[in-house]
Amino acid sequence: MSARLSRGGRLIDRTKPLSFRFDGRTMTGFAGDTLAASLLANDQMLVGRSFKYHRPRGIVASGPEEPNALVGLGEGARFEPNQRATTTETFDGLTAISQNRWPTLDLDVGAVNDALARFLPAGFYYKMFIHPRPFWKHVYEPFIRQSAGLGRVPQGGDADRYEQAYAFCDLLVAGGGIAGLTAALAGARAGQRVILLEQAAHWGGRAPVDGAAIDGQPAADWVAGTVAALAAMPNVTMRLRTQVTGLYDHGYALAGERIADHTPGDGRPRQRLWRIRAGMTVVAAGAIERPLSFAGNDLPGVMLAGAVRDFVVNWAISPGDRTVIVTNNDDAYRTALALLDAGLVVPAVIDARASVTGALPQAVRARGVRVLEGRAVAKVKGGKRVAGVAICAQAGQGAVLEEIGCDAVAMSGGWSPAVHLWSHCGGKLVWDETRSMFRPDPARPPTGDAGQPIAVTAGAASGALTAADVLADAHAAAGGQGPAPSAAADDEAPMEPVWIMPQGAGPALKAKMWLDYQNDVKVSDVQLAAREGYESVEHTKRYTTLGMATDQGKLSNINGLAVLSDALHQPIPATGTTTFRPPYTPLTLGAIGGEARGEIFQPLRRTPIHDWHQAHGVEWEPVGLWRRPFCYRRPGESSHEAVNREVRNTRERLGLLDASTLGKLVVKGPDAGRFLDMLYTNLMSTLPVGKCRYGLMCSDNGFLIDDGVVARLTEDTWLCHTTTGGADRIHAHMEDWLQCEWWDWKVHVANLTEQFAQVAVVGPEARRLLEKLGGMDVSKAALPFMTWAEGRLAGIPARVFRISFSGELSYEVAIPASRGAEFWEACVAAGAEFGLMPYGTECLHVLRAEKGFIMIGDETDGTVIPQDLGLGWAISKKKADYLGKRAQERSHMADPARWRLVGLETLDGSVLPEGAYAVAEGTNANGQRLTQGRVTSTYFSPTLGRGIAMGLVRHGPDRMGEVLDFPTVGGKVVQARIVDQVFYDREGAKQDV
Amino acid sequence: MLILTCPHCGVTAEETELALGGEAHLKRYGPGDSDEQFEAYMFARKNPKGVHFERWRHAYGCGKWFIAARCTVTLEVFGTYPAQTARPPADLLAAIRAKRPSADLSDWDAATPEDAQ
Repeated sequence: MSARLSRGGRLIDRTKPLSFRFDGRTMTGFAGDTLAASLLANDQMLVGRSFKYHRPRGIVASGPEEPNALVGLGEGARFEPNQRATTTETFDGLTAISQNRWPTLDLDVGAVNDALARFLPAGFYYKMFIHPRPFWKHVYEPFIRQSAGLGRVPQGGDADRYEQAYAFCDLLVAGGGIAGLTAALAGARAGQRVILLEQAAHWGGRAPVDGAAIDGQPAADWVAGTVAALAAMPNVTMRLRTQVTGLYDHGYALAGERIADHTPGDGRPRQRLWRIRAGMTVVAAGAIERPLSFAGNDLPGVMLAGAVRDFVVNWAISPGDRTVIVTNNDDAYRTALALLDAGLVVPAVIDARASVTGALPQAVRARGVRVLEGRAVAKVKGGKRVAGVAICAQAGQGAVLEEIGCDAVAMSGGWSPAVHLWSHCGGKLVWDETRSMFRPDPARPPTGDAGQPIAVTAGAASGALTAADVLADAHAAAGGQGPAPSAAADDEAPMEPVWIMPQGAGPALKAKMWLDYQNDVKVSDVQLAAREGYESVEHTKRYTTLGMATDQGKLSNINGLAVLSDALHQPIPATGTTTFRPPYTPLTLGAIGGEARGEIFQPLRRTPIHDWHQAHGVEWEPVGLWRRPFCYRRPGESSHEAVNREVRNTRERLGLLDASTLGKLVVKGPDAGRFLDMLYTNLMSTLPVGKCRYGLMCSDNGFLIDDGVVARLTEDTWLCHTTTGGADRIHAHMEDWLQCEWWDWKVHVANLTEQFAQVAVVGPEARRLLEKLGGMDVSKAALPFMTWAEGRLAGIPARVFRISFSGELSYEVAIPASRGAEFWEACVAAGAEFGLMPYGTECLHVLRAEKGFIMIGDETDGTVIPQDLGLGWAISKKKADYLGKRAQERSHMADPARWRLVGLETLDGSVLPEGAYAVAEGTNANGQRLTQGRVTSTYFSPTLGRGIAMGLVRHGPDRMGEVLDFPTVGGKVVQARIVDQVFYDREGAKQDV
Repeated sequence: MLILTCPHCGVTAEETELALGGEAHLKRYGPGDSDEQFEAYMFARKNPKGVHFERWRHAYGCGKWFIAARCTVTLEVFGTYPAQTARPPADLLAAIRAKRPSADLSDWDAATPEDAQ
């Protein structure tokens, strides 16, 4: 059983005991513990169940590479799934639950999958669930959804806040082990601005555990001294608990800082996302130990040798009374020494190498430990934890030579440099045959904007395996001057690559050799993939899901591709690695979102009249970033009733609309007329000063992108109204053509949308209201339809446009934004005697639909040309060119069978569903009904007392009177007759009075 | 996330300040041109592995369009220049040819009066 040792533990404070809960059981730990250390101290070796087979799993590693020990952390609004116990700091009151088990961790029903494992190999789901086709939707998918997913989704909002910060530096050092500290010091002494980030809660990495001596001091003392020296330098920023998760284009890096994960609710942000731009990034991320592939290597109690050493030295954890060590290298012998130093028993070291004579093995032998050369683990014995190992010859097929009882196994298959950050942005790797590792190729680094290297690796991340090499490499990486810190050269014999154990293992053993613990991928699965033709490592990864779990294959990738190479009979470099993609460890969505949530998720645009609407029963509608009144509800009124009232009142008496959001672009200059003639489909250069003209704008691909009324202000100035959503887009569109195509034309464009409030005064009483406000002659003679005039109304400077989007007598009055609210309130006060009511966007829509006016975004969707909408009258035949003209000449655009705009009247007077399709006879190749049209706008018209709609129908305008079938969701068919789309005042008499 | 220097205002800007506008130096075809010419102009875009000329707008800065010549593989930026030109500056082309002798710059082989300027 695992337990806390009575002495030792360099990171724990025994004077500060902590209490926490795991699966409802109260346990104790010490300050300085990780949750993994605390669990082991309480003999909780079983911490989770694997994803596919629900195998019992324990802690394997001691850092961010951990694949098994994922827990649900916290409760309620602070619950978070899939947290690594090895990087979670234990705090008083912590609560954690195990995952992927039901009903309990010990008694898991899903474990039946393990018994069926033989029938669930790689690709099982792909092969099994293809036929019969209808089963997918109704049987397979619901079943798979039920069992899929790791961890539980948090419910409700997140109680914590998160923030983001930007930082800039000459040198970013990722990793605060002895390599990172050395590089940071070298850079800082050369005067560089240095940011040094370490993912753990303490500096120094593995060196203090491994017992290296640096510059004549114990590693821990050297680390403390170096940290103090760096902290005293003004050009150095240091942060613990901060993981550099990705290195991107041109030296951009992301790092996640865990500020208050271990002190929840203390008022600080929980996490901070750092967005860093670095001149150079030193990747000092260390190396990750590889597991060995032997049968039963996933049983709780089988751990990485380096992790066992960490737990013993850092947290005074005994993984068990008797720990067998399995290795192919000398480094694992350090674990034997650490265990022996702690007073624990190492029954044997099983070394795959035929002859072991290095200094470390000799030291272990000298302590009386059996070193079995050329031996391998045939099988780990035990159920939910290790009970012993069966030993065989590595060169053989697994015939058991002897069995040794033990309660833990420490394995080491050698070390792989953590090359992720180096590779994220294009750094290349090279296969190092002597050290059996992919290491960064210094000749092919990721490059920046000037083609210069933007990253360098330091220490173990470069492939250096001894303290002496690590220090020298890190010092050089940061361009250090003078001598590097020195360490005694270790006498380590070379490792020997061992990809499966024993080398001649048969199928039964291979089916129990785990490569990817989290996704349950075994040696046999990778070999199956190779047999079935998945020769690319990227394809094998996807077929088997090797390396696709939340740990992204930190432990499994190299072993997996070595097994694949063997199966394909090719050298490892010919197989290559899969692509390393950010993030190195997961970032939370909270950190990525940062402060951008709730009210400040995005900016809110308010018109100058916003507060009045708010105070008068408004129901808001988001329109882009704007809020526009949808309608104004009176007490007891539904939205629908309010809209109907607003429509009737505007048609019969007087309505007031806040049209301030309309885009207002001023186009000015000697070539402005020529420019607008290119932008609009009709002629704008011929528009007389003082007049207004409705215009259409198309992309050069011919499709309608915006519409609006253009007014000519002076000889060289036009005011172009755009749709609310089009203001910024059309402004950019104009600038694009002006700057990039016709840059020699003398034209300026200014977006004055927010400089003016605009109020539409609409209805039969509109003129009387403006006359009452006083100051301008707004008579038909002085200000006829489609003209504009400037003056003062109610003492406020005003530009009045006689334009109508409703079919009624209508004035749109532009006033300076600062006086918008004042003008609105003046209208409201003066309009009481005329029955004035404000109206919202829905009323606006009904009014325009009754008149058959199109709306960009309803009648258009990026595939509609003006000709489809019966707007040929607004396309100049005289112009040689305009944007979209050539495109509209293409045969498909001129096809008479295009869907064209018509009105639709339901036979029963009901309102057609939005987006409904008219079906035609016959079916397409997929067995779906053919269609011949669709609804683009549909409303209840209070004016006509029935549903009205517009739609695009094949040959539409030529089919007046025909009845179409519109099937609705649920199967009912609504019938509608094709009619003219102008439902109200076809002659336009009402607006021109 | 790329960083590019706006040749109009001189600001070295992050990609979040910029808006990409696709391939640069397109020649517009319009009325009177053939279907093939129009199709090539409207739809056929280069997607080179290597040197590429792209339009960028300093959207959250000075608002001006410029062109960046960069390598789509290594992300090296050879230079930026205002969009108000029909062809890349001669000195930039020379610099790219020197750095990337195998780059396909055949569009710009013919010397024009602009090159001499």
